Amino acid sequence: MTKNVYCSLLIITLTIYAIRVLPFVFLRKEITNVRIRSFLYYVPYVTLAVMTFPAIISATDSMWSGLAALVVGIIVSLLSGDLFKVAVSSCIAVFLTELIL
Amino acid sequence: MSKTKSAWPEYDDTKGWIIRGLQDGAPIAMGYFAVSFALGITAKEAGINALQGSLMSIGMVASAGEYAAIMLIGAGAGIAEMILTTLVINLRYFLMSCSLTQKLREDVPLWKRFVLAYCVTDELFGISSAVPGYLNPVFTWAAAFISVVGWTLGTALGVIAGNILPDQLISALSVALYGMFLAIIIPPSKKSRFMAGLVMVSMLSSWLFTASPVFSGISSGFRVIILTIIIAGIAAVIRPVDDKGQPVKQVRKVR
Repeated sequence: MTKNVYCSLLIITLTIYAIRVLPFVFLRKEITNVRIRSFLYYVPYVTLAVMTFPAIISATDSMWSGLAALVVGIIVSLLSGDLFKVAVSSCIAVFLTELIL
Repeated sequence: MSKTKSAWPEYDDTKGWIIRGLQDGAPIAMGYFAVSFALGITAKEAGINALQGSLMSIGMVASAGEYAAIMLIGAGAGIAEMILTTLVINLRYFLMSCSLTQKLREDVPLWKRFVLAYCVTDELFGISSAVPGYLNPVFTWAAAFISVVGWTLGTALGVIAGNILPDQLISALSVALYGMFLAIIIPPSKKSRFMAGLVMVSMLSSWLFTASPVFSGISSGFRVIILTIIIAGIAAVIRPVDDKGQPVKQVRKVR
């Protein structure tokens, strides 16, 4: 069983790395096609937005604290845009909301 | 140049990028610690010990991917099932890597690209994409270093002592990563209505996919991939952009 676990971990680790490294092996040159470049430019924004909402609302113990984290996170992002400040503000929003609830 | 944090280092300023990477990696490490702590608790329930949990986190650095790994190992899955499930759940990293290859200067050697590939997680990809112009891989490496320390420590501690952190603290820390995502996607929305619309459409579509009975059966990994391809694809057609995200009038070859 123990040997099996290490073996499984190795297989999964290699599979995940293969997914990550393949584009770096095959896409060595800059893509000149404007459409594809634009698509890749938009990928991070769409991906991160899709991953953030609605997941942020169900991440905490209560929906309301998740919603507070979202609202506070957006406001602080508009004001400063600093990763650390935004992350900490969202955490504090959750903590305070859950204290009140 | 002013010495404020918002000033980015010059491309060749290795030391500057290391410092900046550690700075931007700190909130990621914090969020990772909370998430991987929960992961460690799950791992223990599946019969994985602290050493195995640590190796898993150092090797995979993937949240949903590791949850799946724990389930697969716990269920005693076969090799084919293991590889297939892992591919599906982590396929979004493929898209992220494709996007990152275009942030690199062509003179970046292959070995640096291979190390960078290890660092492709949702969060590290996010901060690397946010770097203006070309990405010096050292920035991502530094951020990955501190993040993986947080990620691995969290996993190990979760396995060893799953019940020492109070629930309220875990709950509060669990939004740290989402807060960072907001810090990456919201500021560009201030400058461009199109980006604001893009972010809103992405969030609403994601919500519709989760809430509607037709699509709710789709796993979160697939939801991210499908919506990213559709929405970023449409955006690229209606508003093609140059390297700096400025709309180009006529579609022609860059350079």
